[in-house]
Amino acid sequence: MEPFLEALQFTFMRHALLAGVLVSIACGVIGTLVVVNRIVFLSGGIAHAAYGGVGLGYFFRFNPVWGAVIFSLAAALGMGLVQRRTRQRADTIIGVLWAIGMALGIILVDLTAGYKTDLMSYLFGSILTVPASDLLLMLVLDGIIIGVVALFYKELLAISFDETFATVENVPVDAIYLLLVVLVALTVVMVMRVVGLILVIALLTMPAAISGQFVRDLKRMMVLASVLGVFFTTTGLWLSYFLNLTSGATIILVAGVTYLLSLAVTAGRPVWGWLRGRRAARS
Amino acid sequence: MAGYDITLPREVITVRHLWAGYDGEMVLEDINLSVYERDFIGLIGPNGGGKTTLFKVLLGLLPPQRGEVRIMGQDVRAGRRHIGYVPQTVEFDRDFPIRVWDVVRMGRLGRRRLLQRYTAQDDEAVAEALRQVELLALRDRPIGELSGGQRQRVYIARALAAEPAILLLDEPTASVDPQVSSGLYELLGQLNEHVTILLVSHDMSAISTHVKTVGCLNRRLFYHREKQITPEMLEAGYQCPIDLIAHGVPHRVFAEHVEETS
Repeated sequence: MEPFLEALQFTFMRHALLAGVLVSIACGVIGTLVVVNRIVFLSGGIAHAAYGGVGLGYFFRFNPVWGAVIFSLAAALGMGLVQRRTRQRADTIIGVLWAIGMALGIILVDLTAGYKTDLMSYLFGSILTVPASDLLLMLVLDGIIIGVVALFYKELLAISFDETFATVENVPVDAIYLLLVVLVALTVVMVMRVVGLILVIALLTMPAAISGQFVRDLKRMMVLASVLGVFFTTTGLWLSYFLNLTSGATIILVAGVTYLLSLAVTAGRPVWGWLRGRRAARS
Repeated sequence: MAGYDITLPREVITVRHLWAGYDGEMVLEDINLSVYERDFIGLIGPNGGGKTTLFKVLLGLLPPQRGEVRIMGQDVRAGRRHIGYVPQTVEFDRDFPIRVWDVVRMGRLGRRRLLQRYTAQDDEAVAEALRQVELLALRDRPIGELSGGQRQRVYIARALAAEPAILLLDEPTASVDPQVSSGLYELLGQLNEHVTILLVSHDMSAISTHVKTVGCLNRRLFYHREKQITPEMLEAGYQCPIDLIAHGVPHRVFAEHVEETS
């Protein structure tokens, strides 16, 4: 217990733990929608295109976070429209936008003179340096995300489950879909602080994917995914602290290993059932 | 209602000189169709004959190239509020985390605008729809755990929850075994006491024994508000020699054998 309490004396550790909790809530809610709507690839595209905005921030000397916000929102709307409008090869176009955003960011950073402070933190996260002001921003974003999802829950559920039926029921399907990708963009920027652009997609999808194997209700899937996210970020953070490892990557590895274990459990279910059936038949 | 003749049933769907298709290729050519209140119409036709395309146009999912469609005297976007749509259930994500109750409640979406919550009245309509298809007991069951026939009933309940005047069913028995299929048609027969039903299927024998009138759709529509599928209709509809089609089709579907069975 002692080393834990000792670590908690540090402000950065308390902030990091809190940041983990806050992003996990957003990831649980939005990640669930990403997984059931099968827009994991599109979300990855948004995350990587955001790097273009980071580069823009460096080049024009404004806060790269705002650049990331602008780029991820633009990428979300652009990719969302492509997904809606073109029936074929939407994934190719998304892949191209993904690469262009990333490449643009790299070039802009190249062109920027001087020492690039904490550039790596955007790529790999920097949960240990989250200031109090960012925590407040994360709290506000969580509030917005939960509020919007609650207000449009019946429409979000409808377009996720059966888009054609939702259209026939006069649900504004395109608008709700774009709302969803905008929420994904906001979540991506928020998660970027914790695990970095490259690993955003993992924290967004893995808790939801695990949760989806155990519950059969969208709301519960969101709640369980959030709880799992808190567990992954907290466990990963402690492990990285004691083992002196990169925190973002450690968090993702904890989540990844749990995901693989959960797959083994669900895949094993029929086998257990079969064994139990055999034993019952014998007795 | 002024000018409403009580002796004539009301025309609920009107299709006039409809042409529709994709990317310049016409799938439907000059379709004319009048559906009257409490009709129970089965449309048969070969795959690619335009059955699903016709439904898409009726539901406002595909704009017609030419011609006019009216539903309950209104244009499609307004009129489709009166339609309960039961899609084919072949494409289905078994893992989607949703329960029977929540699926059926989507039938109430058209009645509630954005930011409006479902009401007690909605819950009552959902419960009633589930009662009608005899699935109220399974209301909390995840949709992925149902059998094909039960799932089809859930989709029918979802359509009924909207309290529609018209039911459109796309291949309702495509993925269920024959016993379940005849149960479904019995249910539709009961529902037909209150709602107009239009269904499309390639299952000729099932259709001909349960519906009131049949038509044949293959780019063009052959429908004369009659109970029998005539050899002429089939020949025109399928555009191939009739004896090929007649093989395996119960004889009573043909006009000349009607006296034997009825």
